[in-house]
Amino acid sequence: MAQGGKMAAGSGKMAAEARVGQVVLPGDVLLLPARPEHDAEQLPLDSGAAPRGRLLCGPGLRRCAAGLLVTKCGLLRHRQPGGGATAGGAYWVDSQQKRYVPVKGDQVIGIVTARAGDVFRLDVGGSEQASLSYLAFEGATKRNRPNVQVGDLIYGQFLVANKDMEPEMVCIDSSGRASGMGVIGEDGFLFKVSLGLIRKLLAPKCEIIQELSQLYPFELVLGMNGRIWVKAKTVQQTLIIVNILEACEYMTSEQRKQALAKLSGN
Amino acid sequence: MEPVSFRLCSAPGREATGTDCSPGGSSSISGGVGERSREQLLRQTCEAVVLGALHPRTAITLVLQVLSDAGSLLSCCLNAACMGLLDAGLPLSSLFCGVTCALDAQGAIVLDPTTRQEQEARAVLTFAIDSTERKVLMATTRGSCSVEEMQQCLVAAQRAADTIFQFYRDSARRRYSKS
Repeated sequence: MAQGGKMAAGSGKMAAEARVGQVVLPGDVLLLPARPEHDAEQLPLDSGAAPRGRLLCGPGLRRCAAGLLVTKCGLLRHRQPGGGATAGGAYWVDSQQKRYVPVKGDQVIGIVTARAGDVFRLDVGGSEQASLSYLAFEGATKRNRPNVQVGDLIYGQFLVANKDMEPEMVCIDSSGRASGMGVIGEDGFLFKVSLGLIRKLLAPKCEIIQELSQLYPFELVLGMNGRIWVKAKTVQQTLIIVNILEACEYMTSEQRKQALAKLSGN
Repeated sequence: MEPVSFRLCSAPGREATGTDCSPGGSSSISGGVGERSREQLLRQTCEAVVLGALHPRTAITLVLQVLSDAGSLLSCCLNAACMGLLDAGLPLSSLFCGVTCALDAQGAIVLDPTTRQEQEARAVLTFAIDSTERKVLMATTRGSCSVEEMQQCLVAAQRAADTIFQFYRDSARRRYSKS
């Protein structure tokens, strides 16, 4: 079907650099610049043409024969190689999603649903429940067990998280220190937002958090699985902060400043 | 192992029931063979594009609620299913869309027929077309037509698919322009 093979303009295969910052859809193929052909008889002596190092293919992209195949809808991002020309850089797709898929190294908020012997089962919002051993807390030994009940909130990171195995969490880092992880205290309010908002809030120098902290003092825990835990001095202040964080996703920064100005004026 | 399951609740005004579904898929209460056949066609199309290997031992449930039916219901369901999968962030190898063609008594092709045009047509063909090479993922026919007529309908559907994919792209752009 010759006519069926024509692609619509603006879609299909294009160079990867040209699409950075644009919306890409699943099925788009991004072409990478070809490696300079090394002539078999000549030694490549010029170091000016920087040899391409390893290219990191991030979330939302898969390798295919022609280049990179986009598998999720979102904005294409690129990070330049940091330390010199040999790193190759990274491409990924910034997509908005509400459902979380566990990734190794992510710090998330889990809810304890059961104790099965020496292991706690946590609901982290993925398709499977994660397991957390009672020894994975700072200073925990067989005699000195952590005080964790069903229904508690735990802030931990994934030690093992791939599609083939059950996810495992720990509340200590590689040197054995808690570094902020563990059981989250009493009171406070837990709610869920989209994953894109969490990434925005976790970016360095996030304006939203700075502006909110000038409003009331509060404690905040952000889980990469879309869960946020907030605690302020009174219940009313807590709920105000919750409402602002939920609405932040759809407000521009001017609207947010107006809303905060109205609240601090009250 | 059935990785993708569908529930199609087709009567307008009836709630999408979540409780009465048997393990095999939809319950018999929600409608007869027509709904079941539509579910199977949708499932076949989605299984072809969803990268299920990235989510083993996981069920993906797609629920479509018909709000109003003015004709071309199956291709409308296909388009809605594709946008739903896109919005949910499931990994897809390509997009797909549905196009319905009706052949009237004179042999003229009408794309996206209304209910009346579908009833009066000699044959109604629905194709699911993918976005990378405009290949056919699913084809279903009601009525009778010749092979040449089917080929002509297929070419017309592939051309019409460009408009739908452009609409997907524009919707995605609008959504990401707000953030």
